[in-house]
Amino acid sequence: MRGWRPGVRASSLAALMTRSTWLTLAAMALLALCLAAAERFGNEYQVRLLHNVAVFITLAVSYHLINGVCGQLHLGPNAFITLGAYTAALLTLTPAEKAATFLLTPLIWPLREVSLPLAPALLAGGLVAAGFGVLTGFPVFRVRGDYLAIVTLGFGEVVRVAANNLQGLTNGPLGLKGLHPLDSLWWSWGVAGLTVLVVHRLKNSSFGRAMQAIREDETAARAMGVDAFRHLMLAYVLSAFFFGVGGGLLAHLITTISPGLFSFFLTFQLLIIIVVGGLGSTTGAVLSAVFFTLAGEWLRVVEEPRQVFGLMVPGIPGLRLVIFSLLLLLVILFFRRGLLGRREFSWAALGAWLSGGRRSKSRG
Amino acid sequence: MALLELRQVGMRFGGLLALEDLNLEVPEGGLYGLIGPNGAGKTTVFNLISGFLRPTSGSIRLSGTELVGLPPHRITALGVARTFQNIRLFGELTVLDHVLVGQHLRGRARWWQAVLGLPGARREAREQERRAWELLTAVGLAEVAHEPAGQLPYGHQRRLEIARALATGPRLLLLDEPAAGLNPQETRELMTFLQDIRRRYGLTLLLIEHNLPLVMGLCEHLTVLDHGLTIAQGPPAAVQKDPAVIRAYIGKR
Amino acid sequence: MDGVTLLQQLVNGLSLGSLYALIAVGYTMVYGILRLINFAHGDLIMVAAYAAVMGVGLFSWPWPVAAGVAVLLTGLVGVLLERAAYRPLRRAPRISLLISAIAASFLLENLVLVLAGGRPRAFPAPGWLGGSLELGGLYLPRLSLVIPAVTALSVGAVFFLVYRTATGRAMRAIAADWEMVSLMGVDVNRIISLTFLVGSLLAGVGGILWALKYPQVNPFLGILPGLKAFIAAVLGGIGNLAGAVAGGLILGLLEVLIVAAFPAWAGYRDAVAFGLLIVILLVRPTGLWGESLEEEKL
Repeated sequence: MRGWRPGVRASSLAALMTRSTWLTLAAMALLALCLAAAERFGNEYQVRLLHNVAVFITLAVSYHLINGVCGQLHLGPNAFITLGAYTAALLTLTPAEKAATFLLTPLIWPLREVSLPLAPALLAGGLVAAGFGVLTGFPVFRVRGDYLAIVTLGFGEVVRVAANNLQGLTNGPLGLKGLHPLDSLWWSWGVAGLTVLVVHRLKNSSFGRAMQAIREDETAARAMGVDAFRHLMLAYVLSAFFFGVGGGLLAHLITTISPGLFSFFLTFQLLIIIVVGGLGSTTGAVLSAVFFTLAGEWLRVVEEPRQVFGLMVPGIPGLRLVIFSLLLLLVILFFRRGLLGRREFSWAALGAWLSGGRRSKSRG
Repeated sequence: MALLELRQVGMRFGGLLALEDLNLEVPEGGLYGLIGPNGAGKTTVFNLISGFLRPTSGSIRLSGTELVGLPPHRITALGVARTFQNIRLFGELTVLDHVLVGQHLRGRARWWQAVLGLPGARREAREQERRAWELLTAVGLAEVAHEPAGQLPYGHQRRLEIARALATGPRLLLLDEPAAGLNPQETRELMTFLQDIRRRYGLTLLLIEHNLPLVMGLCEHLTVLDHGLTIAQGPPAAVQKDPAVIRAYIGKR
Repeated sequence: MDGVTLLQQLVNGLSLGSLYALIAVGYTMVYGILRLINFAHGDLIMVAAYAAVMGVGLFSWPWPVAAGVAVLLTGLVGVLLERAAYRPLRRAPRISLLISAIAASFLLENLVLVLAGGRPRAFPAPGWLGGSLELGGLYLPRLSLVIPAVTALSVGAVFFLVYRTATGRAMRAIAADWEMVSLMGVDVNRIISLTFLVGSLLAGVGGILWALKYPQVNPFLGILPGLKAFIAAVLGGIGNLAGAVAGGLILGLLEVLIVAAFPAWAGYRDAVAFGLLIVILLVRPTGLWGESLEEEKL
């Protein structure tokens, strides 16, 4: 929101600030009201879709922090999401449910007997993922670019192999079933709101600027006294935390998880979301996450058999992904800046845009 | 004691000798120049001082503190800032953001304090912004503060690179060919500008330059490198007459 | 483990390793010239396998013809890939190029999924490649001998091309400094296309061999061998042809021998490569025979 021209004096700036604060609060209240209404009157399908939207906002905005703000092509979100999903799931299931699930190899001891409410379980999921982030951050940030992409891509593979083999912890290929479904939209939307707030604040802080400086020219940033490793690690671990929490939510939304569930395809979806939204724009990540969750739902139709003018048209598996990958290819080849480039939403910019003057859209 | 002191600094890349036995003493407040033909090893010297390269031998001290082995950001924190030969700005960030990034290392607030918006962190952010505007006004870039740096004219970019370095709060400023690509008028402006910031911020300057008139007019002391070897050292007038220097310059060009 | 079993495992490891080597050489060639990880390289393996399946199944071509056409087609797909997805971005930020490569990889996989369906298909193998030889209690599948032999021939041809011909000299020059080479009037685009052609032909040959070894063909079969071959290339020092061969052999032997020595770890076999990658990055990021990166940093 740093779109002020030098001409704007401090006093009017303060007035504008309060007005945009009010507008933001009003918008949030409106959103809350819509969610409350949806929860009350919406059908199961609609509520599920709203959960999905919120989880994807969480995941896309965390991904945007490391990939868009810091400019590091991290390809392992699915690994962190899997960790968060398993951790949260193992903590919320009751001992009896766990005993019924782990038939071949019993679950290891402390986990066998604990059962926690959702909130601490989600937090634990985030912390486990963040811990994995701290451990892996050291080898990861010894390299950049292509190497970083491949190492992080490997995490998904390693986590999948581990989940398949550590029977006493994950129940192996059978996975976990019968998780308690999310009982309120506030879980997913609360987490999404928190993630957006943290990432937005961080991006606009001195630390976020340093991260963007690393993205633009790491050598120059280091010469200006920026400790690249610490800043990248911060973004990486923080995003890992939110991936973990998001994974916990996703697990309780789907209610059945297995080792291969969160494959590289999930990472690919997140990548499309942030690229199309504009690499580096939090607003873009949010809007694009909403759009793609809904579009993905609509596009599901092409993969299902259906009636067209009385004819039975068979569904075509894979077509949705063909469309998605073509879209990503086209965006990266021809509209590299995506929807918003690196611009962010601000009320001032919205006002100017609505009144027809597109000139003063804020940069940043 | 000298502010910057290089003792028998040598650098090899594989088997290739880039610098041999360089000795350099820059006193506090001095304005020193490092000259020599292309490939003489001047930029290597800057990379060694600022910590991007580690010398294969010798020591580099700032007010007695050994710099060899420290990472670049630590060296910058100790008070050494630099510019680059081929300007390296943060493309899409605004001019104001550049100066704010320069100040980042002096910030005390932790990241979570900034995220939570604690009063201390907010005060610090406001203070940094105020100082950034001050600095931009001083270097004459306040008008373009909200422009993305990549869209500035060349002369402004050079100036912004110096402003960004100044924002780190240096004692020693390393300038790598600050006059490259400037016309004579701009070069004269740059000379006044450098004298001005040197006085205003109490800086010590070490600069690499190809533009001999600028170096002769500005620097108090010169070191001439050729193929990694120091071929002359002394005040400009003396260096200018040194036969080895004349050979290196005229023989090569 | 007794001597015969060990020998047996060594042959298995050598055969798997030479497959990795074959694919890794293609990776490393493309990386050397463009400094790009061709994410879609692994998918070219899959394209070759499917093309051969289609040739035999749909057009009833004799096996050698189908395999040959499949390899050529794979080469062509590689060249097209570079044209469409990489060339327009040569001066774009690295991250765009990488994203383009990932998108291309997904596109290939899902295009094949749409065209051929998700059901795995059996790969036709000619009888003369099946069966095995027995040498003094040692049981050697014929394929385990054919794979290293074909790899040696293909890689030998590539070495000849790169180190003994004018085109190869141009390739190496571009790898060193392509802006300079283009200033000297060499048609850089042609050389890059050629590099992709050769690299993709190798992937094609690798695809046929891979499908002979694991005769279940599905649209995603190229992902894992692709990643592992990349790791083999990193192990050997990316950009270094001989290093890629050595890295492939080491990785193949390591995977087979670790599982042979510790059968309980069989499930972790696919994680060996990534563990190795992390160790390399921590200990020696330039790989065993890699060039030093010192000078290009600034």
